Amino acid sequence: MAELSAARISACPACDAAPLAERLAETRQAQADGTLILSLPTAHCATCITDVERALLARPGVRAARVNLTLRRVTVDAPGLTAEDLIAVLAAIGYEAHELDPDALSATAADRQGRDLLMRIGVSGFAMMNIMILSVAVWSGAEAATRDLFHWISGAIALPTVVFAGQPFFASAWRALKARRLGMDVPISLALILATAISFFETLHSGHHAYFDAAVMLCFFLLIGRYLDHRTRAIARSAAAELSALEVPRATLLRTPSKYLAGGPGDARSPGLATHDMAEEIVPVATLRPGDLIRIRPGGRIPADGEIIEGHSEIDRALLTGETLPVPAAPGLALSAGEVNLTGPLVMRVTAAGRDSSLSRLTALVEAAESARGRYTSLAERASRGYSPAVHLLAAASFAGWFWATGDLRLAVNIAAAVLIITCPCALGLAVPAVVTTASGRLFRRGLLIKDGTALERLADVDTVVFDKTGTLTLGQPKLLSCDVLPHDLRPVALALALASAHPLSQALAEALAGTAPAALDDLREQPGFGVAARWQGRPVRLGRADWLGASDSSDSAASATWLGIGDQAPIRLDFTDSLRPGAAECVARLREDGARVILLSGDRPAAVADIAARLGIGEWHAGVAPQEKAAMVAELGGQGTHVLMVGDGLNDTAALASAHASISPASALDAARVASDMVLTGKDLAPVADALLTARAATRRIRENFAISIAYNIIAVPVAIAGFATPLLAALAMSVSSITVTLNALRLRK
Amino acid sequence: MEILAILIPVSLGLGAAGLVAFVWALRARQFEDPKGDAERILSDAWDDRPKPD
Repeated sequence: MAELSAARISACPACDAAPLAERLAETRQAQADGTLILSLPTAHCATCITDVERALLARPGVRAARVNLTLRRVTVDAPGLTAEDLIAVLAAIGYEAHELDPDALSATAADRQGRDLLMRIGVSGFAMMNIMILSVAVWSGAEAATRDLFHWISGAIALPTVVFAGQPFFASAWRALKARRLGMDVPISLALILATAISFFETLHSGHHAYFDAAVMLCFFLLIGRYLDHRTRAIARSAAAELSALEVPRATLLRTPSKYLAGGPGDARSPGLATHDMAEEIVPVATLRPGDLIRIRPGGRIPADGEIIEGHSEIDRALLTGETLPVPAAPGLALSAGEVNLTGPLVMRVTAAGRDSSLSRLTALVEAAESARGRYTSLAERASRGYSPAVHLLAAASFAGWFWATGDLRLAVNIAAAVLIITCPCALGLAVPAVVTTASGRLFRRGLLIKDGTALERLADVDTVVFDKTGTLTLGQPKLLSCDVLPHDLRPVALALALASAHPLSQALAEALAGTAPAALDDLREQPGFGVAARWQGRPVRLGRADWLGASDSSDSAASATWLGIGDQAPIRLDFTDSLRPGAAECVARLREDGARVILLSGDRPAAVADIAARLGIGEWHAGVAPQEKAAMVAELGGQGTHVLMVGDGLNDTAALASAHASISPASALDAARVASDMVLTGKDLAPVADALLTARAATRRIRENFAISIAYNIIAVPVAIAGFATPLLAALAMSVSSITVTLNALRLRK
Repeated sequence: MEILAILIPVSLGLGAAGLVAFVWALRARQFEDPKGDAERILSDAWDDRPKPD
């Protein structure tokens, strides 16, 4: 038996490698035959499925389209079409869609693993039921030849089932043994192998007790725990892949067209021409090299560090520094990856890309902080660390004790096997995954995605919550403070000017003035980096920066401002404030009610931070905090024995997110911030943060209760087994009752 | 007890049939999108005739 399982295990490196090769082939094939996968974050019902599929199939060139509502994505077979074409089709009927990176296809590997586990659950489930039919007959008194026949049939079903369905446990036990550890899977594998071997031996000698049903039932319940665990992680992973695919990393590279090219193809990137003569090419950001010229359109994110060589615009640095006010941009200004270009097209020369860029410089900080957090041991780990040695000792001791007392080897092995089967952690294996699945399902419905199973446990410890301001407590979108400063006759002019620009302040102004009819303007043009100018009834009108209009700006005010100039009149100041994220006030209030300490750390100016802190009633705030200082402050709080939950979205928060005890970032956060955090808010609302703390505490309580249940059951059952009174019927009863109790206890979290 | 010679093969056969059906359903990817399938039944898109493959 042991040889058999060893042979299967040694074959496993090959079966691990096979799916990988298959997956690579699948990815290539997918790209070649025109299969596109789009994420559909807003799809949620039957109408959505029909609308999306109908619209896509109506587009010429689309051969097939199928929505997967569980994963919220649609798979489209459309050779010759690009993702942009399909996204436009869906946008026209009001569905938001995003292209998924082909790398996200690796999610199919997780699917295959899930299907594999389901298959093993199915096989062991059917085997268990069939063996149980025969076992019930034996328990109710089948004798002699009939009993032996039933045992033989049971064995014939159980052996292939245990060999097939037990593989995940054998493989993981083998890995643990090779690393000289004792995981949960070592006693499980031992119990499976020993129970099957003993039962065959007993059957061969017409024994009374065979544990075939227990072995298969063990497989069945433990595989369910394994599958729940796998599914939680797979769903979190695929959703995380979707979030990161929201920004497909591409850049517009400027190349010298070949007709101007004197040298070889190596010169293709050397800029010897005016930039408007150069050919544009969309390339992946990863291929950018220092010296490349790239064009950044208004609204685009800057893909690498560099220097502006052409164009005027304004740069939004909120994600990097937390500043709400855009910075004017002109040739010579240094740009960092992650900033957003607002108003005018820019051409920049790359000075550092990829690993050297400022984006990656923060990674070192993050890695250092994450390894510190990696030392956290989950409740399940702590339980299994004590469990495995205890079980092996118990089984060995009962074998030695019975052998010493009776000298009967067969009896001693039988009792040792019974001890192993009875103590087998059915309930323990289900205790954590059942709770984590239920709790994360509940939080997902409320708009919070858990990326890491131990995050719930860490969240339950939290007593201090640190918020970032821009993009976290606020939406990072300005809102006009008041329309009153604008005389009614000037509103149509202001609206017409505002509509001409994509600048956030203009858009906010246009939103505030919605309902007014825009005035007719002539000669409308945008001066990137400064504002919008036009002629209205023969007079020059301008909307834009203070210095451009010749106004004096007192920038100590909390708000951002733009100015409206009509002819020679004194310019009118329009003040904007950052609008609070929905649920922010409720979230802060509920956290304080729970007795949590709430702190606001921001890189923005003191006036702006004080304003938000006052509106939310946060007493403790720090402004102008640099990224390293944020991380240091969070680490210092942790050092004082408090458990910090960091909520932030920017690059400047990334190190702090990683060094906090637990961390949450909104879906609008930068990739790096989402990667560093344990949980991601899928909606705009901040209220689920307060829910998460409550759910996490409830979940941890349930996990502890589940451990208590399985320990209590062991305290009753183990002495019975050691005393030699355990029967297959008792083992089956105890195993199923404890597993079901634990699962039902976990389900209480659903409500 | 001769009835066992019929009953046991019958019960094993039924179990095997269930297992085969389950394997087929899994292979045909019927467990890929449980939420979508629960919603699709409400759609009237293919009420008149079955969807061609």
